Amino acid sequence: MSDSLNQQTGGLSDNSETQITRRQTAVYVYEAPVRLWHWVTVFSVIVLCVTGFFIGRPLPTMPGEAIDNYLMGYIRFAHFTAGYIVTIGFIGRIYWAFVGNSHSRELFLPKLFSGKFWKEVGHELRWYFFLERVPKKYVGHNPLAQLAMFFFFVIGMTFMIVTGFALYSEGMGHGSWSDQLFGWIIPLFGQSQDVHTWHRLGMWFIIVFIMTHVYVAIREDIMSRQSLISTMVGGWRMFKDDRPD
Amino acid sequence: MSQIETFYEVMRRQGITRRSFLKYCSLTAAALGLGPTFAPRIAHAMETKERTPVIWLHGLECTCCSESFIRSAHPLVKDVVLSMISLDYDDTLMASAGHQAQDILYKTMEKYKGKYILAVEGNPPLNEDGMFCISGGKPFVEKLKYAAKDAAAIIAWGSCASWGCVQAARPNPTQAVPIHKVITDKPIIKVPGCPPIAEVMTGVITYMLTFGKMPELDRQGRPKMFYSQRIHDKCYRRPHFDAGQFVEEWDDEGARKGYCLYKVGCKGPTTYNACSTVRWNEGVSFPIQAGHGCIGCSEDGFWDKGSFYDRLTDIHQFGIESNADEIGTAVAGGVGAAIAGHAAISAIKRAQHKGDQE
Ligand code: HEM
Ligand code: SF4
Repeated sequence: MSDSLNQQTGGLSDNSETQITRRQTAVYVYEAPVRLWHWVTVFSVIVLCVTGFFIGRPLPTMPGEAIDNYLMGYIRFAHFTAGYIVTIGFIGRIYWAFVGNSHSRELFLPKLFSGKFWKEVGHELRWYFFLERVPKKYVGHNPLAQLAMFFFFVIGMTFMIVTGFALYSEGMGHGSWSDQLFGWIIPLFGQSQDVHTWHRLGMWFIIVFIMTHVYVAIREDIMSRQSLISTMVGGWRMFKDDRPD
Repeated sequence: MSQIETFYEVMRRQGITRRSFLKYCSLTAAALGLGPTFAPRIAHAMETKERTPVIWLHGLECTCCSESFIRSAHPLVKDVVLSMISLDYDDTLMASAGHQAQDILYKTMEKYKGKYILAVEGNPPLNEDGMFCISGGKPFVEKLKYAAKDAAAIIAWGSCASWGCVQAARPNPTQAVPIHKVITDKPIIKVPGCPPIAEVMTGVITYMLTFGKMPELDRQGRPKMFYSQRIHDKCYRRPHFDAGQFVEEWDDEGARKGYCLYKVGCKGPTTYNACSTVRWNEGVSFPIQAGHGCIGCSEDGFWDKGSFYDRLTDIHQFGIESNADEIGTAVAGGVGAAIAGHAAISAIKRAQHKGDQE
């Protein structure tokens, strides 16, 4: 980790004295597009979960004539719009992994074949089980977070987008672009009803991710040696002490 | 082989006037979703083409497909298609029985080798070497394979032949399988439904007889002209769905006003069929119009998705029968409790070590 730390600070300090220039306390981690994407996704996923929940279990019946109401229509419209935004954002985020800084790739490529990576995952696990007194410093995500991000978020969102557009293709009809791209998902799961069920299970998967993600972010912000929440707002990672990791 | 009659000749022999015949042609064109210009083409084909023989087999089934078929709305459709078919082989509808009937099957197969359409109602059970369905002294699965060998095309009537239906519902003791599990080398047209709509059945047959080819099929092998949209897409209660007006209880105000049946388990949003457009019994009604939700009878495995009256369906994969929300709230609850516990311990630890750090 100290390597990448030095790389990050390299531009700001003299390379020959990297051991001493650890006083460096702020690193620019999340570039503006990543931060924008993060908060757009937060907003859209909340909309998707709420509207999705009520698509499966609609609100109590609306009074009055059908012509005066369009509640379910609006809920579904909001769901599909947020679905499009999340998807376009996700594609944009993948693009940014190619052109952004090294941290922009962490989300998609946890170093699953590196021994050091797994050692640090072990360290983080011990830290979360209260077996490790002092946490390590990380500029980007810690390895455990990278793993969780990859499996819960990247896989989870891909699943939701693919199943979501498969369901969407049913409304768009045979031969539509979403039918051609995603229509094959439906027989893969059995039938439309099964895709609905799995899409809904996927929502709970995402909800569990959100719960854990928010908790860990707040906890780490308080207990670890670096900033988290403000980093996703301003982009800069602050370190709370000057000791090596 | 002597000259085979054309469709038109068969119809005239049945006492059908030319005027009725032409009406039938335009009706069929409309039912198949073809433009009015197709009516003369259908008429021409029927006047000049030799009729295509159909062999109709019955496996493990309840005969509801046949019952539906013979109630086809337009009497002509029924008379015409039925006469065209019963001339050959259908062990339920034909007059002969036993060896006589068996003979007709063999003869038809031999005479029209590679030309006949095989229509299969029901499906073969495979357990105990197929003993659960014996026809003509042999397991049905053998008869099916035998008849399929020389068929030009195969129609899978109903949900039994297409998906397995009730006899294949879990735990499926007889190991009943849809016919495409047994016949793998022939094109199969699935016409699912329990039963399929009569006009859909005659429509499919008429299309094949007239044009001499299979209708366009979707990914799962269903004719697109009848199965490309969901009940929900054309349901007359759809405005109430979009408005958010639902039947909440079977005897509530919403039920009287004809609100959407989504909350009482209507499977219209996930069911591909033509009920909401073609309807049943000469277009009189269909389940939703009668006030009951769609049960999704034309969909794969509809028996195994939990109650017909629940919107969210059961999942079996996890060993217990529960729906996505039950599983989701349980897991989220567990994770929530774990987070709360973890947060509490973290706070205590932090309080203990306060001041330890530099
Ligand atoms: C985090 C992402 C998402 C979540 C949490 C989510 C959640 C849900 C939920 C809970 C349902 C109801 C399922 C049911 O009970 O039948 C649903 C339905 C649906 N979702 Fe999503 N969804 C997500 C992403 C998407 C995306 C990206 C699309 C693509 C446009 C999409 C399209 C749909 C469609 C078409 C339906 C069916 C609507 C209907 O039956 O009327 N979803 N979603
Ligand atoms: S009654 Fe069923 S098919 Fe009709 S709109 Fe409601 S959910 Fe859809």
